[in-house]
Amino acid sequence: MRLSYPASIKIIRVPCTGKVDVIHILRSFEKGADGVYVVGCMEGDCHYNQGNFRARKRVEQAQILLDNIGIGGERVRMCNLSSSEAPLFVKYANEMFDKIIQLGPNPIKLAKKKIKPIIREGAL
Amino acid sequence: MIVADKKPIEEIIQEIKDYQKILLLGCNECVTVCEAGGKKEVGILASALRMYFLNQGKEKLIDEITLERQCDHEYLEEIRDRIDSYDAVLSLACGVGVQFVADKYGSTPVYPGVNTCFLGATEKRGLWTERCQACGQCILANTAGICPISRCAKRILNGPCGGSTNGKCEISKDLDCAWQLIIDRLKAMNRMDDYEKLADIKDWSSDRAGGPRKVVREDVQE
Repeated sequence: MRLSYPASIKIIRVPCTGKVDVIHILRSFEKGADGVYVVGCMEGDCHYNQGNFRARKRVEQAQILLDNIGIGGERVRMCNLSSSEAPLFVKYANEMFDKIIQLGPNPIKLAKKKIKPIIREGAL
Repeated sequence: MIVADKKPIEEIIQEIKDYQKILLLGCNECVTVCEAGGKKEVGILASALRMYFLNQGKEKLIDEITLERQCDHEYLEEIRDRIDSYDAVLSLACGVGVQFVADKYGSTPVYPGVNTCFLGATEKRGLWTERCQACGQCILANTAGICPISRCAKRILNGPCGGSTNGKCEISKDLDCAWQLIIDRLKAMNRMDDYEKLADIKDWSSDRAGGPRKVVREDVQE
C-alpha cells in the first residue's frame, strides 16, 4: 500500500503490548517524548489472552499520573488494530500527531533546557 | 503480609517539596506484593516526581534504592554510606520500615510514601482483605480457622449478632458475616458441637490495650 505516516513517530517494538509498563511510558516523557501511544492487537485477539487488556490498564494509570503531575494524560493513548490494517495504523498515527501539535511540546523537554543539573556528591 | 496502599502523589509532593536531594527507598517484602512500595512503584514514583519538579522549574536529585527489607538492621545498613548525601528519605515501606529508618539514621528526615493499612491476604490481583489484627492470642483453633477479631465488625467472640442477614454483615452488603462463615465451616467439618462452647472473656492485654508490645525470645537471642 505504501502508506506514509508522520516521520517524527518512532516505533518501539515489543513482543506484546502486555510488556509495556507504566515506567516505560513515563521514561519516554522523561527523555523528551511529546506523546506515547500504544498500539495493541484487537481486544480479544491477544495471543497471550490478557496482554492488550493489561496494556490498556497501564495506559490509563499513566494518564492519571501524567494529569496529576501537570504533563497531561492526553499525551498517552491506547489503540487497537490487527496487523493487516495499515490504513488504520496511519489514521491513528495522524490522529496522535495532530493531538501533539495541538498540545505543543512536552513541557519537560523545555524545562530541562532551562535548568542546570544538580552535581552529585556521594549520592548514587 | 502487611498491606499498604499508595499515597496520593499530591500528598507526597507536599512532604518532600522543600528538599533538594531525595532518596526513594523501596522494600522488597510485603509492599512489593501489594504493589505499593516495591522496586517498580519506586521507579514510577521517582520518574513522576522528577517530571513534576522539572515542570515546576525545580531540578531535584531523586534517587531510587530498593532494599530487601526495611525492618531489619542488616539490610538498612546497606545505605549507611550514602544516607548523608541526601536531604530526606521517602520510604515506601510500611510504617515499620519508615520508623526503623528514622531510628537508625537520626538526623535524616524520613517521610512515608504509602499508607499502611492492615495484615491481610491477596484475594486476587488488586484486592487485598484484612485477615488478622495481631491481637497476640490466637483463637483460630476455636473458630474454625476464621478470625472474628479481624473479620467481624464488632469483634464478637460468640456470634453472630442480630445484624447478620443472609450471611452478610449489617455494615455492608458486600461484607461476609464472619460468624456465618465460621458456622458454615464448622458444619462442613461436622464440628457444630464446638459452636455450643462459649468463648471465655478474651484477655486484651496482649492486644493494643496493653500498650506497645514486644516479643522477647531469649532462646534465640545472641
